[in-house]
Amino acid sequence: MSAFFALVKRDLALALRIGGGASFALVFFLMIVTLTPFAIGPDLNLLARIAPAILWIGAVLATLIGLDRLFQADAEDGTLDLIKASPLPLEGVVLAKCLAHWLTTGLPLALAAPLFGLLLAMEPAGMAAASASLLVGTPALTFIGAVGAALTAGIRRGGVLIAIMALPLMIPVLIFGVATCNAATGGTVPFATPFAILCALTLIFAVIGVIGAAAGLRQSD
Amino acid sequence: MTFINQLANPTRFMALSSGLLPWIAGLSGILFIVGFYGAFFSAPADYQQGETIRIMYIHVPAAWLAMFFYSLMTISAIGALVWRHPLAEVAQKAAAPIGASFALICLLTGALWGRPMWGTYWVWDARLTSMLVLLLIYLAIMALWRTIDEPTQAGRAVSILTLVGFINIPIIKFSVDWWNTLHQPASVFRMNGPTIHPSMLWPLLVCAVAFSLFAVALHLVAMRTEIMRRRIRTLTILAADRAEQPGATPGMMARGPAE
Repeated sequence: MSAFFALVKRDLALALRIGGGASFALVFFLMIVTLTPFAIGPDLNLLARIAPAILWIGAVLATLIGLDRLFQADAEDGTLDLIKASPLPLEGVVLAKCLAHWLTTGLPLALAAPLFGLLLAMEPAGMAAASASLLVGTPALTFIGAVGAALTAGIRRGGVLIAIMALPLMIPVLIFGVATCNAATGGTVPFATPFAILCALTLIFAVIGVIGAAAGLRQSD
Repeated sequence: MTFINQLANPTRFMALSSGLLPWIAGLSGILFIVGFYGAFFSAPADYQQGETIRIMYIHVPAAWLAMFFYSLMTISAIGALVWRHPLAEVAQKAAAPIGASFALICLLTGALWGRPMWGTYWVWDARLTSMLVLLLIYLAIMALWRTIDEPTQAGRAVSILTLVGFINIPIIKFSVDWWNTLHQPASVFRMNGPTIHPSMLWPLLVCAVAFSLFAVALHLVAMRTEIMRRRIRTLTILAADRAEQPGATPGMMARGPAE
C-alpha cells in the first residue's frame, strides 16, 4: 500500500512541478468554452441550452492532455521497468497513475465547471449537475484513456493514436454525462437515472481500464 | 480442437487454403449470379418503397458481415493472447480492413437508401449511429496495426484493444439507444410493413451466403498475403544480419534486431 501512495505522490509532484499537467488541462478547458460562442454566436439562450454539451466535449478533450505521457515518460527513462519490478501488482500501478492523472485533470475540471458555466449562462441547478456529473464521470474517461496510453507506451508520437483509440469508447460516458446535466434542468427523466448509470459506467471502466492497461503494459516487454 | 491446432501451422494452412480458395470463390460467384438475379429481376418491388428495396440485398448482408468480422477478430484475439497462435494474429490482422469495408458499404448503401425513403442521406438513428461507431473502432484498430512495426508486439497490443472494444460494444449500443429515445428524431419512416415476403426473402438469403463466401475468400487471400509478408520480413532480417556479420555462426542469426 505504501508503494501505491508513493507512486501517487510522485506523479502528483511531477504533474505540479514540471510545466504542464494540471494547469494545462484547465486552460485548455477554458479555451474550448471560450471558442464555442465565437463559432455559434453570442445568443445566451442557445448557449445555455448547449452548455452541458460544451462542458462535456471540453472535458473529454482536456482528459486526452497528459494521457500520452501517462506511461510513455516512464517507459522512456526506464522508470517503468523499476516500477514493474516492485512488489505492487501492475494493476495497482495503473490505478495509482490513473488516480494521479484524474486528480490533476478531471477533478480541477469538475470544480471549475460552475465558473465556466457562468460564461455559458447556465442555471444554478445546471451548474451543480454539471459539476456532479463531471466529478463522477471524468474518472471513466481517464480509465479508458489509460488503456490507449498503455498500448502506445513504447511508441513515439502516440498522442493522436490515443485519441483515435479512446474517443469512440468514451461515447457512452459523454451521452450519460450530458443526459445527467439535462435531466437536472428539466426533461422527461429524473436526475437519478442517468446519474446512476454514469456512476455505473465509471465503475465498469475502472475494471476494464485497469485490467486492460496492465495487460497492455505487460505485452510491451 | 486438434483440427484447429493442426490448422495453426502456417505451412499446413497455406496448403489447405490454396486448395479451398478456388472452390469458395467459385461458389460465391455462382451464388452472386443467382442472388442478384433474384434481387434485381425476380423479386417484386416493395409496395411502399418501390425499387429502392433492392438496396436491401447489399445493405443487410454488409451489416451482418461487419458484425461477423468483429466477432471473428475477438475470437482470434483470444487465440492470440491465450494460446499465442501465430495464425490467430494473422487472421485478426486480415479481418480488420474487410470488416471496416463492410461497415462502410453498409453506411453508404444506407445513405443511398435513406435519401429517397427518409428524404435525407443521414439521420442520427440508433442503428446508423452504432454502425458508425463500429466503423470508428475498426479504424482505430487498423491505426494501431499500422503504428507498431514488430508484428508479434502489434498483434498483442491490437488483441487487447479488440477485446476492450468488444466489451464496450454492448455498452455503446445501450447508450446510443438511450440517447436516441431521449432526442426523439423527426418523424423517421419505419419499416412497419408486413414481415418480409418469401419472394424477397430467398434472394436476400442467397445474397447473404454469397457475400459471406466472398468475404471468407477475401479473408483467406488476405491471410495468405500476410503470412507471405511475414516470411519476407524474416528473410530480409536474416539476410541483413548475414550481410552485417559474415563470420557469425548460423545460430546467432535468428535473433531479433541487435541492441
